[in-house]
Amino acid sequence: MKVRATLAALTLLAGLAACGGGGGEADDGPITLRMTTWSNNEAHVKLFNEIAAAYQQTHPDVTVRFDALPFDNYTTTVTTQIAGGNPPDLAWILENSAPDFVSSGALEPLDGTIENEPELTEAATTLWRQDGKLIAYPFSTSPFGVFVNIDLVKTIPQPWTWENAMAAAAASKGLVIRDFDYKSWDNLATVFQGWGAEAWSADGKTCGFDQPAMVDAMTFIHKSIFTDKAMPGPGTSADFFAGEAAMTVTQISRASLLKDATFRWTLVPLPAGPKGEYSVIGQGGVGVLKKGKHADAAKDFLAFFTNTANSAKLAQFFPPPRKSQLTTDTLAKANPLLKPEQLRDVVINGIETGVVKPSHTRNAEISQTVRSALDPLWKPDADVPAVLNQVCTAVQPLL
Amino acid sequence: MKVDRSDRLTAYLFIAPQLAGTVLFVLVPLVLVVWYSLHEWNVLADTFDFVGGENYRQLAADPKLPGVLGATALFSIGLVILNLSLALLLAVLLNQRLRGTTFFRIVFFSPVVVSLVAWTIVWGFMLQQNGGINSLLGGAGPNWLREGGTAMVSVIVVQVVKNVGLNMVLFLAALQGVPHDLYEAARIDGARPTTIFTRITLPLISPTILLTSIITVVGSLQVFAQIAVLTQGGPGTSTTVLVYYLYQQAFQFHAFGYGATLSVLLFLIVLALTVVQWQLRKKWVFHES
Repeated sequence: MKVRATLAALTLLAGLAACGGGGGEADDGPITLRMTTWSNNEAHVKLFNEIAAAYQQTHPDVTVRFDALPFDNYTTTVTTQIAGGNPPDLAWILENSAPDFVSSGALEPLDGTIENEPELTEAATTLWRQDGKLIAYPFSTSPFGVFVNIDLVKTIPQPWTWENAMAAAAASKGLVIRDFDYKSWDNLATVFQGWGAEAWSADGKTCGFDQPAMVDAMTFIHKSIFTDKAMPGPGTSADFFAGEAAMTVTQISRASLLKDATFRWTLVPLPAGPKGEYSVIGQGGVGVLKKGKHADAAKDFLAFFTNTANSAKLAQFFPPPRKSQLTTDTLAKANPLLKPEQLRDVVINGIETGVVKPSHTRNAEISQTVRSALDPLWKPDADVPAVLNQVCTAVQPLL
Repeated sequence: MKVDRSDRLTAYLFIAPQLAGTVLFVLVPLVLVVWYSLHEWNVLADTFDFVGGENYRQLAADPKLPGVLGATALFSIGLVILNLSLALLLAVLLNQRLRGTTFFRIVFFSPVVVSLVAWTIVWGFMLQQNGGINSLLGGAGPNWLREGGTAMVSVIVVQVVKNVGLNMVLFLAALQGVPHDLYEAARIDGARPTTIFTRITLPLISPTILLTSIITVVGSLQVFAQIAVLTQGGPGTSTTVLVYYLYQQAFQFHAFGYGATLSVLLFLIVLALTVVQWQLRKKWVFHES
């Protein structure tokens, strides 16, 4: 009896298990491609759907579904989907996880897939190549600039340096490094690059936090927060776009948040640091998952999604990597809120000369380690060089 | 008594849904977690290599683990002591025959039915440097979630206020089950209220104290959402408890094998604590000695 009961239970289990495994789809016949994104913006989704609909006219068997995931846990969600055997066919990839995705072999190489690949700017594609091959397409290369509330800050201080910017911020409602929030420290690269400081060396092997340039830059940031009160302190929220701060450092794609602004504003490049002028870019790439069910179809769609014509359309939200489209004319049509000189100074110069925010293989672990080690810095009486030495002690074994 | 075959079949059919659920969603994952813990599993690179006890060696040598276990113990001890004592105090107060007790029972129980994440997000705003709590304190309060000492206290208090109502209701039910004639006899014998509480009330509700302490200890070891929303394990690693560390390793750092190893450790800790509590019951739980 016992044996039979056990067998019955196992049969039941096997039946349930069979229900759970979806089974593979046939290669021919209608297919649905799923692309994960981190944008739920109505205008973005509308444009994506239009591009997908145009593709479907020539490929009636292919449907494309855009799956918007929450930005905060985006990479974690995609990774969990892959682990759970439900990988997307195409995925947007944040610049900070680019090295992990590009070097792991998770993505299909795109050589020969992207239309007119040679016209992609080098600065935009460096992060997305492995051994010279393009692994993902940088659909968005968005430079950081400073949005200024000119109801609060009447004139942009000259010369436009960090010292003067922080002085103006301190005299008004402060400057916010958007998305930093004393956690996402990589956003501070928009400041410390001005001192020529790097989180780690170009080969990624040596910690840069204890270097003199970084110590100077972080001392400046610490003083701006705790002595000059030019930046909101830890645990204090202030949203520039709601008029709660005088300036904010963020990507130009955030200009869309100012459509209904109740104050007058302008966009200027990042202030010059002691090392002179510089620019920093944040990127988003899109790649084809090897483990996706329809990798070939996904590559074909990606070629269409990123071709010259669609790239021009996407340019209204996402600054393109294509040289021919990095003109004030193309960008002005797409960004009616920005003036031609703003586009030239911030966007075009930014993309051509910009340094991408710090990223590394095993980025999440390294980033988390740096975050924890930097926490003691965010106190009024912090010993800046000592904290930065500790950061290197903690992070060096991981590099 | 002889049970015939069709009765047995009926019985098995009755327990089949529950059994299937337990096997599928508890036993199979449990075995799989142990299996994964013997592997190096990199989701992105699509590698799944058997490494034997390597993850367990890494566990033993993990320099972050003592801090993580310390934070977990601090959270659990703080939560259990605060939760049980507050729940008992509220239950005793609300067990009096006074006007308004029903209203206050509802007030203290209502957070239990609120969504955990929504509750935590609202508290996150209130605990900011320029948030509601510090406004009430006239702007003089500490930076609750950003300072090592107050971050852990904040997370514990947010969790206690959320769940104290559940234990309070269990204690209330137990208090109402204590026979009144015992109290009457004690009073006639001249016992003082504190003596009545320690000699009659506590022993008679001790089975409920055991139940609530097991539930609260197990729950406290599994805390995740509050940490993820309020502190993300910081400042430094002061609120990185075991489940949050496990989540970081598996889902953020892509080390699923090591994450599974940490799950096994968590399972063993919960199991050991529950066994200890269960064994100790004979010493102090009424009806068990």
